[in-house]
Amino acid sequence: MDKKYTYKLFLWLPATIILLLLINVSLGSISIPFSDIISLLIGGESTKESWANILFNFRLPKALAAIIVGIGLSVSGLQMQTLFRNPLAGPFVLGLSSGASLGVALLLLAGVSVSTLGLFDLTGWVVVIAASLGSGLVLLLVMAVSLRVRDSMTLLIIGLMFGSLTGAVVSILQYFSTGEEVQVYLFWTFGSLGGLSWNEVSILSIIVAIGILMSLFLVKPLNALLLSENYAKSMGLDVKKARILIILGTSLLAGSITAFCGPIAFIGLAVPHLTRLLFSTADHKILLPAVAMTGAIIMLVCDIVSQVPGSDMILPINAITSLLGAPVVIWIILRRGSMRNSFAN
Amino acid sequence: MTDNKTILSLKNLEVGYQLKKKRLSILSNINLLLKQGELVCFMGPNGVGKSTLIRTICGAQKALSGAIKVNSNNLNELSANDLAQTISVVLTDKVSGGNMSVKDLVSLGRYPYVGWNIKFSSEDIEHINKAITLTKIEPLADKKLYELSDGQLQKVMIARAVCQNTPILILDEPTAHLDLNNRVEVINMLSDLAKSTNKAVLMATHELDLALQSADRIWLAGSNDPIIDGFPEDLVLNGKIDDVFELKGFDLKTGRLEKNLGKGSVQLKGDGHTYLWTKNALERHGFSVENKAEIQIEIKEGDQLSWIVKNKGEHSVSTLENLIQIIKLPE
Repeated sequence: MDKKYTYKLFLWLPATIILLLLINVSLGSISIPFSDIISLLIGGESTKESWANILFNFRLPKALAAIIVGIGLSVSGLQMQTLFRNPLAGPFVLGLSSGASLGVALLLLAGVSVSTLGLFDLTGWVVVIAASLGSGLVLLLVMAVSLRVRDSMTLLIIGLMFGSLTGAVVSILQYFSTGEEVQVYLFWTFGSLGGLSWNEVSILSIIVAIGILMSLFLVKPLNALLLSENYAKSMGLDVKKARILIILGTSLLAGSITAFCGPIAFIGLAVPHLTRLLFSTADHKILLPAVAMTGAIIMLVCDIVSQVPGSDMILPINAITSLLGAPVVIWIILRRGSMRNSFAN
Repeated sequence: MTDNKTILSLKNLEVGYQLKKKRLSILSNINLLLKQGELVCFMGPNGVGKSTLIRTICGAQKALSGAIKVNSNNLNELSANDLAQTISVVLTDKVSGGNMSVKDLVSLGRYPYVGWNIKFSSEDIEHINKAITLTKIEPLADKKLYELSDGQLQKVMIARAVCQNTPILILDEPTAHLDLNNRVEVINMLSDLAKSTNKAVLMATHELDLALQSADRIWLAGSNDPIIDGFPEDLVLNGKIDDVFELKGFDLKTGRLEKNLGKGSVQLKGDGHTYLWTKNALERHGFSVENKAEIQIEIKEGDQLSWIVKNKGEHSVSTLENLIQIIKLPE
C-alpha cells in the first residue's frame, strides 16, 4: 500500500476514534470527572459507585453504538455509490429504510395500539423485529428483481419505486391514526443511539461485522465496477454475483442499523464523499477501511453534539447528522473544488 | 511476408437478439478470420450491427447460431476468467471514479490474474509498466483520471487493455470524439501494437481515411450482404466501399470530397502547396481551375505572399479571403 495512506489509515484515524470515544463517554447530563472515567475504564474504582453504572450501562453502549452505526452506514453507502455509479446513492436507495419504517408504522399505528401494550418501549425488541421484517421484505423484493434485470440503473429506479410505495402506505396509516400514535412513530424516525442494552449492541455488532467482512471480499469487483459493468465482465468478474452480494451485505448493514437505531440520514451518503476527498483515491482497498473509520468519527462527533454538553437536553441524532454534516461537506467541496472530480469523470 | 497464425475464427455465425420467442437476426452468414499481428478495421454504416457482432465476439451476448473459435476452443466453453485472459476490450462506456490514478486504472488489467485480495506479483508489476511504456503514457502515470483530456483517457484505456496481456484486443470506435492528432496517434499506436506484441487487433470505426492508411484488412458490413473481408485498397478499387457507404461526391482517385463546381472557371498560375491551397479555396467556392480561362490569377511568392488577379479589374491581394471576395464580385 502507498505510504502516504498508511499513516492516515493506521495512525490518525484510529487515534481520533479513541480520543473522541473518551470525550464522548466523559460527557453527559451527570458530570463525572475525567480522571474517574479513565480509572473506571482501566478497571479501577470511581469516587461514586453510581458512576460506574452510568458509564458501563449507558454511556459506553451508546458510544459503541455510534461507532458501529458510523462504520456500517458509511461502508454500505460507499458500496451503493460504486455499484450504481451514482454520487447520490446511499444505504437506503433501495428502499430499506422505507421498508423498516413500514414495519414500525404497521406495528405502532395499525396492529397493536399503543395502549394495549402499555407504555411502549421504543427501543424494545418488538420494534427491532418489526423494522427487520419491513426491511427484510423490501430486501427480498429487490433481490428477486435483481435476478431478473440486466443493469443496475433499472434496479436503482425500482428501488426508488419500492421506497415511494412503502412511504405511501405509511402516509395512509398515519392519516387514520391518532395524534398520540403518530407522535410515537415520529420519535422513532428521529433515530436514537441511546437505550441499547449490551445484548442489543453485541447482536448489532455481530451483524455489522458480517456485513463488513463481506465487503472486504468485494474489493475487486467494486474497483472494476468503477469503470463499468461491461468492463468488469471483460475482466472475468461475475457481475451478477457481485451485485447480489453487494446488495445483501449493504442490506445487512443498513437494515440492522435501522432496526436498532431508527433511520439515520446523511452519514451513508456524505461520509464516502468526504473520505474520497480526504484520501484522494478510488481504490476500495484503501477506501473501505478509510470510510469505515471516518464514519465512526463523524457519528461520535454527532453524538457528542446531540447530548448538548453541559445540559440535560438530548437532540434527535437524525437532525444532528444532517445539521452538522451538510455544512462540512459544502465547505470541503468549496475548498477542494468539485465533488464531481473525485467521483465521476 | 510471413503467414500469421489465425487466432479467432467465425464460422457461419449469426448474431442478433432473442427476445422471448421472437428471434431478431441482425447479421448472418458471417465467415471471418482474425490473425495475430494484424490490425483489422471493422467498418459499416451506423445501425448495421457492428456493435452487436463486437459484443458477441467479446462474449457479452450469445450468438444465435454458428461458432466462434479461439485457437481451437469454442468461445462459449471458456470460463469467464479464461475469456478475460484471451480477449481484452476498449469500450465506449463512460467510466466513473475520477479520483482513480492512471496507474491504478492500468493495473485493473491484471484482475484476471490475481485473487480476491488483489496482490500483484512482480510479474504483474512488470506487465503494468510494460503496458504504460508501450502506449507511451509514462508522463500521465501519476495523474488522476479527471485531469486527463479525452485523447489521453483513450490511450490510458488502451494501456489497461494491453496490460490484460491477451492475444486479442477489440476496440469499439476508439477514435470517436478525438481531434485529428489524437485520432492519428491512436490508430498508429494500435497498428504498432499489433506488430510489436503480435496481437490480433479488431477495431470498429467510421474513420475511412485513417483505416485506409493503417489497417491490414477491412471488414465491411453492408445492409444486406454478408460481411466482406479484404485488403483495404482492393475494397476501394472494386467499388465495395463505395457501395456500402454510398459516398456522395467522394473522389476515389484523390480520396477527397468532390466539390459542387459551376460558379465559373479561372486560370491559376503558380506551384507548390500555395497552388494546392489556392485551388482548394477556389473549388470550395465553386470555381473550377482550368488551363485556359478568362479570369487569370497569378501567385507571387516573394517576401510577401500575394495573388495578382487579371481580367476582373486589376488587383493584388495578400490573403485568399480577399481573393475570393474579388472573384465573387458580380460583373
